Amino acid sequence: MSAHAAQHGDPNKLGHGERSSSELGPAPKRIVVAYGFWIFLLSDFIMFAAFFAAYAVLSSETAGGPAGRDLFDLPLVQWETAILLLSSFACGMAGIATMVRHHVWFQVSMAATALLGAGFLALELYEFTHLIGEGAGPGRSAFLSSFFALVGLHGVHVALGLIWLTTMMAQVWSKGFREDISRRIACFALFWHALDIIWVALFTVVYLLGVRS
Amino acid sequence: MSNLRSVETGAISPIFGKLSWASIPFDNPLPLVAFGAAGLLIAALLWWTWRQGHVPYVWNEWITSVDHKRVGVMYCILAAVMLLRGFSDALLMRSQQAIAMNNPGYLPPDHYDQVFTAHGVLMIFFVAMPFMIGLMNFAVPLQLGVRDVAFPTLNSVSFWLTAVGALLVNISLVIGEFAKTGWVVYPPLSELRFSPGVGVDYYIWALQISGVGTLLSGVNLVTTILKVRAPGMGYTRMPMFCWTSLATNLLIVAAFPILTATLGMLTLDRYLGFHFFTNELGGNQMMFVNLVWAWGHPEVYILVLPAFGIFSEVVSTFSGKPLFGYRSMIAATMAICLLAFMVWLHHFFTMGAGADVNGFFGITTMIIAVPTGVKVFNWIFTMYGGRIRFTSMMLWSVGFVVTFVIGGMTGVLLAVPPADFVLHNSLFLVAHFHNIVIPAVLFGAFAGATYWWPKAFGFTLDEKWAKRSFWFWITGFYVAFMPLYVLGLMGMTRRLGHYSVPEWQPWLIAASVGAILVACGIACQIIMIVVSIRNREKLADLSGDPWDGRTLEWITTSPPPVFNFAVLPDVTGEEAYWGLKSTAREKKRLSDRPEYVDVEMPRNSPTGVISAFFATVLGFAMIWHIWWMVILGFLGAWATFVAFAWRDEAEYDIRADVVERFDRDRRLAKARLLGLSPEEAEGQTA
Repeated sequence: MSAHAAQHGDPNKLGHGERSSSELGPAPKRIVVAYGFWIFLLSDFIMFAAFFAAYAVLSSETAGGPAGRDLFDLPLVQWETAILLLSSFACGMAGIATMVRHHVWFQVSMAATALLGAGFLALELYEFTHLIGEGAGPGRSAFLSSFFALVGLHGVHVALGLIWLTTMMAQVWSKGFREDISRRIACFALFWHALDIIWVALFTVVYLLGVRS
Repeated sequence: MSNLRSVETGAISPIFGKLSWASIPFDNPLPLVAFGAAGLLIAALLWWTWRQGHVPYVWNEWITSVDHKRVGVMYCILAAVMLLRGFSDALLMRSQQAIAMNNPGYLPPDHYDQVFTAHGVLMIFFVAMPFMIGLMNFAVPLQLGVRDVAFPTLNSVSFWLTAVGALLVNISLVIGEFAKTGWVVYPPLSELRFSPGVGVDYYIWALQISGVGTLLSGVNLVTTILKVRAPGMGYTRMPMFCWTSLATNLLIVAAFPILTATLGMLTLDRYLGFHFFTNELGGNQMMFVNLVWAWGHPEVYILVLPAFGIFSEVVSTFSGKPLFGYRSMIAATMAICLLAFMVWLHHFFTMGAGADVNGFFGITTMIIAVPTGVKVFNWIFTMYGGRIRFTSMMLWSVGFVVTFVIGGMTGVLLAVPPADFVLHNSLFLVAHFHNIVIPAVLFGAFAGATYWWPKAFGFTLDEKWAKRSFWFWITGFYVAFMPLYVLGLMGMTRRLGHYSVPEWQPWLIAASVGAILVACGIACQIIMIVVSIRNREKLADLSGDPWDGRTLEWITTSPPPVFNFAVLPDVTGEEAYWGLKSTAREKKRLSDRPEYVDVEMPRNSPTGVISAFFATVLGFAMIWHIWWMVILGFLGAWATFVAFAWRDEAEYDIRADVVERFDRDRRLAKARLLGLSPEEAEGQTA
């Protein structure tokens, strides 16, 4: 198997060998794992798409209660955005540290990623409790239900990501950069960046459009 | 939240949640007796396994196995057992409707509603799905010429999570109740106000947990088919079953998250007082219906496409010809894959979206008949001019083509919105979708199970009983479902517990006779399996190629070794195995002996079954609002994955000489199959 795997070589130059790229035999494990995880992420995007669709349908169903422009606090959300993007940067640094097998930099960057992620979650929780305290909880209207569900789903992903992240830190600390562990780090990085993509859509559709409507 | 409190009867205990002795339906003996009997049977089976000393074998070789073949077989066993449960629900409904004219029958409405809901849920999610996923798991890696799926342990997790879903549905028989809403739990009926019991919660958590399993299995098989194929196995050389499996798993990855999201929203409504689909504060029930069918229609193709693949393999093999129009078949498969997402609204033309919207979806629905028609003609042309062997598998296939065309035509009829306004929710619809799912999915599963049985177990199934079962099934099907078309046109709606129209009764009695015939068909299948196991010596498949097959699974032994192939086959064209066989016949020798190297295989892992245990705890606790147990279940599942991630040895080596010894025997068997002497086969006499 490995003999054929070697033919894959540079993934950017597929299809230029003697055989057509679909006939090279099983892909190397690194590619299989990342590919499979991407497929999973796409399915996750579709789940978010369903919640976005529900939000689009219900965003005007305020049932006489507050609408987005009455509730959303853009400066807060901008801080959230900045913190989340920074945590993605830190996560990228952790990826580089993995490539050069640098333990200290890996742990520092992952810790930074985790702290920024936790900071994001704290701001989100503050926003949620604040809204619920104002009587604008998810039970107030269909609009607020879909808002809390969509933003909350992203938050749950971040929270699960934090559990994964800390587990990865512990694993690298106890086992080092084993090959399978490096593959997992790559998957985690994909996951964390994907949450950014979702957040960009969320920031635009929910908050930016919300304050103007 | 106030809404939530007002409907709940009884307090919620911090220890037991909503669970109490009143949760067990002592007043309704039927489910208790059924569950008791099933429980005794399982207990007896476990006791027997333990007494015979088979526990280590079952644990090591099956429960913790990550071998795609074993996982596939376990999926099929789960499906077969659940088929018995789902079918007994069908018998209950048929007998109830046969007698309940001007009287309440023997099933109280409360129980009857659970029966039809459970029937639908079981048949779709725990019979059709695991059967198809099981067959894909078993056959796809073999057909692709590789040693396992892309993620073997994940595969085991997928299976066990599916089993958890089935377990939860069956637990609902005796602890609490099942949903009484119909199998797609439309709100507002499924909202807390109208379904305050735990029935809908059982539905939600059974489907969410098994849905995770299905999604992961979809990710796994997509990755396998696109990234893990034998050298030379290009896309346009893959067997048709691999193509339809690819389409199916792409649909799983694209559609199941929608179901997860939809049920998630319903969960939020029921548990936390959200208003996605409620009657008040802006909730929108039609959004549920849209979302659920945006998953539900692709789901139909998720079930039917692998079956199409099985029929393609069977028809080609037993006609002794390559599949007619291989590339058009690929195109048709992928066209169906795409169109599957463009027709969902035909499930609710009566919603009132307007003539334009209905017209659009009516036309897209009819367009699906085009690629499907391409497939039907391809199967017929494959048979045309072939030397057809009428085995039971071929009977299932021909029975399928004929019956499926009838079902397809009633489908096109239902796709005409004005006609649908008359037929919507009637027994005509019930007849239609059974007319699609039974011949396509079930007959396909039976054909596939019979076809690959020798590959899985090393002996073929008894053909006499297989054919008897086929004839009972197909006659039973027509007798049971053709009357439902008539009843639908007579105005009978679906899900009726009792009625007062005397003209309906003869047709309903006829339908119940059909159900009895199907029961005979199932009995024949059980006898078939018993007889075949008894005669396994006589039915043994020593060549690994009992049907004169054309694809790579027949090149290895029956059953294959854990590593499937001594070396990965080098594929040079379509019908890889047929090509090698023809060359060997021409040259009167087998291909050159390859160089054997050590084979690396994944180790077994109890991760799947342990995480399934915690998923059961989690699901049960969510259903009964036992919050401490929810936390326990989640932590347990996380700890299981951490333990898995921490292991140091993920793989083990099978030494080259072991592989070589296996391959020597295999080559001898192949030489015998081709009528070559061992010396000739190795090219030593030349």
